[in-house]
Amino acid sequence: MKNISFNIDGRICSATKGENLIEAAKQNGIFIPTLCHFKHLNPLGSCRVCIVNLNGHAIAGCSVFVEEGMQIEVNTPELLDTRKAILEMMFVEGNHFCPSCEKSGDCQMQNLAYETGIRYTRFPHLFVDRIVDARPERIVVNQNRCIKCKRCFEEVETNDGYKVFNFSNKGNKTIVSIDYEQEAKLSETQAEYAMKICPTGSILVKGKTFSKPFGDRIFDQVSEGKAIAFDKINKKGRKMRIATTSLAGCFGCHMSLLDIDLGILDVIELVEFNKSPLTDIKKFTQHCDIGLVEGGCCNTDNIEVLRTFRENCDVLISVGECAIWGGVPAIRNTIPVEDCLREAYLESLTSEENETVIPYHEDIPKILNKVYPNHEIVKIDYHIPGCPPNANHIWNVVKNILFEEEFSVVYPEFKYD
Amino acid sequence: MKRSKLLTRLWELQNNEGYISDKAVLELSKQLGVSKNEIEGVVTFYHFFHRQPTGKYIIYLNNSILSEFKGFKKVKAAFEFETGCTFGKYGQSNLFSLFETSCIGLSDQECAALINFQPVTHLTPQSVKKIINQLKKGVNPRSIAHNVTSKIQFTPKPSKTVFFKKYELGNALNKLKSNTSETILQELKKVELAGKGGAFFPTAQKWEISKNASNSEKVIICNADEGEPGTFKDKSIIENLPGLIIEGMIIAAFVTGATNGFIYLRAEYSYLKSKLENTLIDFYHHKLLGENCCGIANFNFNIQIQLGAGAYVCGAETALIESLEGFRGEPRLRIQYPTENGYLGSSSIVNNVETFAKAARIIELGSEYILKIGTAKSKGTKIICIAGDVAKPGIYEVEWGTSLKKLLEISQATAPYYVQSSGPSGDCLNESDFNRKICKEDLLCGGSLMVFNRNRNLLKILKNYTKFFLTESCGSCTPCRAGNQIIYAKIKKLKQGICTSQDLKEIVEWSAIMQKGSRCGLGQYATNTFVQSLAKFEKYFDGIVTTCAENCDVEFDMEKAVYDYNLLIKNTQN
Repeated sequence: MKNISFNIDGRICSATKGENLIEAAKQNGIFIPTLCHFKHLNPLGSCRVCIVNLNGHAIAGCSVFVEEGMQIEVNTPELLDTRKAILEMMFVEGNHFCPSCEKSGDCQMQNLAYETGIRYTRFPHLFVDRIVDARPERIVVNQNRCIKCKRCFEEVETNDGYKVFNFSNKGNKTIVSIDYEQEAKLSETQAEYAMKICPTGSILVKGKTFSKPFGDRIFDQVSEGKAIAFDKINKKGRKMRIATTSLAGCFGCHMSLLDIDLGILDVIELVEFNKSPLTDIKKFTQHCDIGLVEGGCCNTDNIEVLRTFRENCDVLISVGECAIWGGVPAIRNTIPVEDCLREAYLESLTSEENETVIPYHEDIPKILNKVYPNHEIVKIDYHIPGCPPNANHIWNVVKNILFEEEFSVVYPEFKYD
Repeated sequence: MKRSKLLTRLWELQNNEGYISDKAVLELSKQLGVSKNEIEGVVTFYHFFHRQPTGKYIIYLNNSILSEFKGFKKVKAAFEFETGCTFGKYGQSNLFSLFETSCIGLSDQECAALINFQPVTHLTPQSVKKIINQLKKGVNPRSIAHNVTSKIQFTPKPSKTVFFKKYELGNALNKLKSNTSETILQELKKVELAGKGGAFFPTAQKWEISKNASNSEKVIICNADEGEPGTFKDKSIIENLPGLIIEGMIIAAFVTGATNGFIYLRAEYSYLKSKLENTLIDFYHHKLLGENCCGIANFNFNIQIQLGAGAYVCGAETALIESLEGFRGEPRLRIQYPTENGYLGSSSIVNNVETFAKAARIIELGSEYILKIGTAKSKGTKIICIAGDVAKPGIYEVEWGTSLKKLLEISQATAPYYVQSSGPSGDCLNESDFNRKICKEDLLCGGSLMVFNRNRNLLKILKNYTKFFLTESCGSCTPCRAGNQIIYAKIKKLKQGICTSQDLKEIVEWSAIMQKGSRCGLGQYATNTFVQSLAKFEKYFDGIVTTCAENCDVEFDMEKAVYDYNLLIKNTQN
């Protein structure tokens, strides 16, 4: 086999002629992220995350076989953004509730999202109702999380050579179907292998999930987010004012705010809280520098509160997954609001027979047709992901904005769960 | 059974039993030695195959934009009222099943539908009533079917006509004996024949690559899967000149040494299948096909027809090949061209209907004849189908270089405002383009023009296009599958009237991502028209969005968000 030289981002690389670009780049110390590629397989080209420029044209890196003199770009700002955008598309197309996902922390797609720095998605979430199929013998297929990478089609086979997974339907209705008969033939090891190669939490093996504790998962890179020391901060003339609120959230992010323990004593040296559950001030009494909003909007009251925050705060920050895209409350978004309310008030186990009343009063906020992320209601300046975000992470962002200190959140601190 | 026979077998089952039953899936999987869901994957890819029992009459009503403007909604309601069935639902009646389908190539005769694949056109609620009553009485759909031959509205003067002139069987093939593959390729090169499916790849180059391919197995495939909404020009060639297409294929086989040919005919045109079959029989009868055909020793070539089953994406050559092989019609990765690795590993030439027909005419009439027609870079004529707001919809054979204005004149367009060239994935044109000439130097047209007048709602058109792409995406790559859904959501937001100029900017940026990221032309060009329209109809969009700076606040429609809740309370609290 002939050795050839080619060029990646201006660096001269060498590899065997005809080698797959992903592998060839890796040998030269350049990482091209991908969610569908397997070294030993023909390229699938389905996830498109590995997009590169070949002689100026965009192409999936996994479908390139290196030749002498190829000019390849991998990490131009434009390509980095396209790659991030394609990942964001996967997030909005499926229903990826990381905080409630068994694969969280071991999920390759999630890890790639951390690496590319996805704080929120530029696209609106689609919230399509998808099924969780637990009928197979060993495997549970959660269609909410499937990114249709086709890895399982190619890699999971019965001993007698039958495929277990395949596509069904087409267009926006495309799903990965599972052949129950063939699946039943899989050994425990084969089933676990299917779970392992799935880049998301779409394929799970019954009884084998949640086996690893937090901290031990593949992508749990622990970096104890160090707080910026308070005494080093350039204090401005007056104390900065902060307002906080929890909309459709669980107050978990507020609890996390308090997690800086004794640090809170330093915080109140620098800032004062106006409207906030922490102070129990119900209405804005002064204009604030920063508003921290936990939770998204599920009813009309949430929207009014959020709009008041926008009016009264210079900088508005969505804190936590629910604020950013709806989070856990948005699990209802795939179901019509009528079905949700009927189930809750008319047809639940505890509702009285022939119950017809769904709570309604002019003083009760109206339920919205779905849970909205805050940035679809008002302009949001920053997003802090996490469920909840680490306390130091939140305060570092706040301090950075208020006192203009140099600061950037490193990716191991980034968490969606 | 061979895998490549799967589509044909599925058609038999669909036609005989009305659906593909679980039992049939199981049987097929056993015969092919694959899992059941692999068969299921193929069945569910094509929208003319059903997994649940259907009625005696399956009605497919076209939902393309031209149909929408010709009363689609009323016709749809009439079908539902008269049959008592709902579109897209199974098991409501033993007699009828109703489905919507994308363009069926009858844009000049909308509203149009297929009843057991027999076409009925110019539908109105009244005619629907009549048709359904006839069906209920047991009249065969064949006798209800309308003559749907598209009217040839215009041809250039006889010395400049290439396609729609007298055709005599074998005229082009008679020239084969006095030619070699080299001389034929040279003739094609002289007139720079380029693929008429819309990609305009040099035909001679494609044939030459296949001819020189190390692969000894060669196949000629005619792409008659014309699925781009608003396009029916290939249909007119099949109707009027089926022999010319076949001669073109035989010439290609002569050049490359292929022994097998396929015509991949879209199922929407299955009523034309017998016409093609009869022509093939004629060719065999005259020994122009088969062993030692055209009187040339050792020249053996056979052609068979494969019916598609309802998938727009199968018009992409590699998807078509996958489909021929009996798989889901997902386009292949562009690693090898079909001329290197095509149908069942052979070196395959896939060309459009018009390309083969033109190739035959070039050989028949000689390059000299063709070179006198057209412009410097586009030689000969182009078949263009025109539909929409014109008094004379139909087929126009025009010399390359004819201006759009002239076409609008002769087709008697009424107050043209917006012209869609080459279908939804093509170009969006406004008044400023009307002086442009249709040719390689200026405006390349794949063969279809949809004309819209001032009263047509642009957003409605764009919404229809996007919906088409999101249902017809093969589903295997993220930017196309998810991207079209995202763009669709944006159009709905635009219709709500809460968009800002920021949203328009996003449409352009997001389209660029789809364009770069998608694996085939479908995703790459799906938003082409939308993006072009933003510039072409800037004033219109200015009128429906609020202009704002980078950091402007967002709009939210609270009324709409509480609509469902209010309605529920109203309906339950009495």
